[in-house]
Amino acid sequence: MRPSLILDVVLDLVFRTALLFSLFLLFAGHNAPGGGFVSGLVAGTALVLRYVAGGVQEVDRVVPVHEQVLLGVGLLLVFLTGVFGWVVGDAFLYGAKATVEIPVLGTLSATSALVFDIGVDLVVIGLVLSLLRSLGAAADRFEEPSADHDGEVLS
Amino acid sequence: MILVWILVLHGLLALAAGLFGRRLGRNVLLLTAIAPLATVVVLVARALGLLGGDAVAVSVAWVPGMDLSLDLILDGFGVLFWWLIAGIGLLVMLYATRYFARRDDLGQFAAMLTLFAGAMLLLTSADNVLVLFVAWELTSITSYLLIGFDDRRSEVRASALQALLVTAAGGLALLGGLLLVAQAAGTTSLSGILSAAPTDIVAQVGLGLVVLGAATKSAQAPFHFWLPGAMAAPTPVSAYLHSATMVKAGIYVLARFGPAFGPEVGWWAPVVVAMGAVSMLLGGWRALRATDLKALLAYGTVSQLGFIVLLIGHGNPELVHAGATLLLAHALFKATLFLTVGVVDHQAHTRDIRRLTGIAARMPTTAVAMVVAAASMAGVIPLFGFIAKEAALESSLHVAFGGPAMTTVIVVGSILTTAYSLRLVWGALATKPADDLDAAAVVPSEVARPARSFEAPAVVLTGLTVLFGLWVAPADELVAAAAGALAGPEASEIYLRLWHGFGLPLALSAVALGGGWLVWRSDRLVARLGAVTSRMPDMEHGYREGLRGLLSGADRVTAFVQPGSLPLYGAVVLATVLVLPGTALVGALAVPDGLVFADSLLQVAIAAIVMGAAIGAAWVRRRLSAILLLGAVGYGMAVLFVVQGAPDLALTQLLVETLALGMFVLVLRHLPERFEANPWRYGRPLRAAVSIGIGLFVGAFTLVASSAGRDGTAAAEFLARSQPDGGGANVVNVILTDFRALDTFGEVTVLVVAAIGISLMVRTPVRSEDEEADR
Repeated sequence: MRPSLILDVVLDLVFRTALLFSLFLLFAGHNAPGGGFVSGLVAGTALVLRYVAGGVQEVDRVVPVHEQVLLGVGLLLVFLTGVFGWVVGDAFLYGAKATVEIPVLGTLSATSALVFDIGVDLVVIGLVLSLLRSLGAAADRFEEPSADHDGEVLS
Repeated sequence: MILVWILVLHGLLALAAGLFGRRLGRNVLLLTAIAPLATVVVLVARALGLLGGDAVAVSVAWVPGMDLSLDLILDGFGVLFWWLIAGIGLLVMLYATRYFARRDDLGQFAAMLTLFAGAMLLLTSADNVLVLFVAWELTSITSYLLIGFDDRRSEVRASALQALLVTAAGGLALLGGLLLVAQAAGTTSLSGILSAAPTDIVAQVGLGLVVLGAATKSAQAPFHFWLPGAMAAPTPVSAYLHSATMVKAGIYVLARFGPAFGPEVGWWAPVVVAMGAVSMLLGGWRALRATDLKALLAYGTVSQLGFIVLLIGHGNPELVHAGATLLLAHALFKATLFLTVGVVDHQAHTRDIRRLTGIAARMPTTAVAMVVAAASMAGVIPLFGFIAKEAALESSLHVAFGGPAMTTVIVVGSILTTAYSLRLVWGALATKPADDLDAAAVVPSEVARPARSFEAPAVVLTGLTVLFGLWVAPADELVAAAAGALAGPEASEIYLRLWHGFGLPLALSAVALGGGWLVWRSDRLVARLGAVTSRMPDMEHGYREGLRGLLSGADRVTAFVQPGSLPLYGAVVLATVLVLPGTALVGALAVPDGLVFADSLLQVAIAAIVMGAAIGAAWVRRRLSAILLLGAVGYGMAVLFVVQGAPDLALTQLLVETLALGMFVLVLRHLPERFEANPWRYGRPLRAAVSIGIGLFVGAFTLVASSAGRDGTAAAEFLARSQPDGGGANVVNVILTDFRALDTFGEVTVLVVAAIGISLMVRTPVRSEDEEADR
């Protein structure tokens, strides 16, 4: 299975753009359409694209992390945001805000919701990775003997 | 507060031992020995009067809403237990540093042992019955882990599991019982329950369950069988948990409840006393036939625990006083016996009576300690065991109703005790004639001499047995305070004495010793009788059958509810939706006010496309076409959301649809191209009926739901609070990450669980017959 050079280049371009868009959605999410869930879905779709082009090996090359790390870190971030709210505010998952004046650049305001969203984002990406790696690997396993059988080149 | 600090210290040292155990090697047990040492220091300070009165009672709020607070009170009875837990704990930890060979997981062992000690201290000082239960369960779990310490051997794991199942089932009974009694008394405070002493039917059922729980923990007949099995544990554990402390937790509860409920509840004393009597005789009898030294000691423990239960069952002050004395005496001599048997086992590599010979000459110090402790168990003057037995006989003679029967049981039990004490000492130490030994007997000259530090802990305990016999004052003070805390001031005015003068108790003691000698000598008769009694039904058999039945029953239930047919699961779930919320919906069905057919022509067009694609998806026979049509439905919905002005929803729908399509394609590659025809005649009509029903349900539900709560207070409030409270202009996201963040947290957790579940399910190798069927 050797994909063409054109496909490779175009794919790389689309993949990077999609990741950038995913980041944009993550940070814009609090004030415009977007958010952690959607951002994760965009990144996940980009990974599906990678899978279609190069199979599980390609996905592994782009994301050399075990999906369970992403799932765990994501869930931990969400949980820690909750604990942070407990410590700073008065309730679990209390939303905290901070506004910092940076001299030249202007005002930077951040909410703990951003960290929460990053956690959600990671969990969604982890879920998609987990699906690709498990279902994809299973599909590839079934592929091999059948390709031998009818002797046709699939792509 | 010092009580809480002691408990915290146990927790911290357990944690440290677990983390750094590997680096410290065997010395990790010296680190954890700090915990019992600190407890001993506190107890000494208390005995010297250095601690104020408020230092021994403390209350820390835990879950205020449940009336659950960490109330600790250390009274006289608690102090007796704390001495046993800390004193024997200290010696056992020192002993264990010599008992174990170098191994990597000693840190975990030390951590569990320390955790157990802390749990046991909590159990015996908790004034809240729920805290008591938590500590009780902690001791069960640590006991399980400690019994199963050699977890590579399957019979060890089975023994550990058996002990856990029996004691944890009893723990559940105890929880139910304590809750019922607490309900009847209107308080969860132990002292409050005991002073209220409710006797209505709820409380009586609760008390029955409490007795059941205590019986399992203290290995009383018919639940005694787990204790001999628990001898698979390393010997330090047997000495500490299964003779001196944990198995006395049941006795602790019975002793607390006895004086309060014994005189009030008619069945209490007969049931508890009978249970103790049966255990005392049964354990003693079984010990006579054991060939494994530790099993012999375990049955002896069952017998002695039965003896204590027999004494405390009445709740009468004099008997309770005798019971507390025996509690102390038993802990001293039985822990010594276990420690010495551990030394023999460690040096000779066997603890089988038929293989041991000539041990006494190889380890004289240990031999003396064992002989003295066994003599104390048999009740030989002037040891502390003699004092305890005399006190028991004396007090049983004063019991008006059933007294003679009780005295008879004690005498017969003591005869058996003497006999198995002789059997133990002879079996472990003596140089035996060749026809008493089997082929694999040890050669005495090859048995290595034990290190002095290995023998020392047993010598210390033996010293106390002798000391308390000759100089009874310190033990007397301890026991009097314990009995006083249980049965009131009357019990604390009884004094222990070594010499009661020539009287009936002394005569009975002599009968017990002489009779025991005779029983031990007539081992042929014992063997013949034993062959008969071993054919009688046994609870252990019942346990094994029950467990097997439970497992096969679970298999059958699983096979019934999970036949593995996805269409069936789907049909059951959807039919349930139709039947339960569906019928409720029919009642509330109404056309909402202001229903508009469509806002624009575009909506009509999109809806037509969506419906057409949906019908098509159900119609076509090729899988790929069906999936593409389903995708069309999803994208159509997304466009509909855009038209309605919901960009967040539209974006999400679009992406989910794309991802789902991708996933479908992955799976589709190894599915047949077309849907198979349903082999069942009514399959297709049934599916159609369920599907149409669900479609109608969802449609009607949407209508009804949109007609409710039209006033929009929640929406208006969220919109108004979005920017100031949540710090964001996108109210959808603020709801997700702030207002309803707990919901999102839950959903994210579900996602993680689903991801792990999917990868486990897919990566598990498919069974070969399924693979054959696929080809």
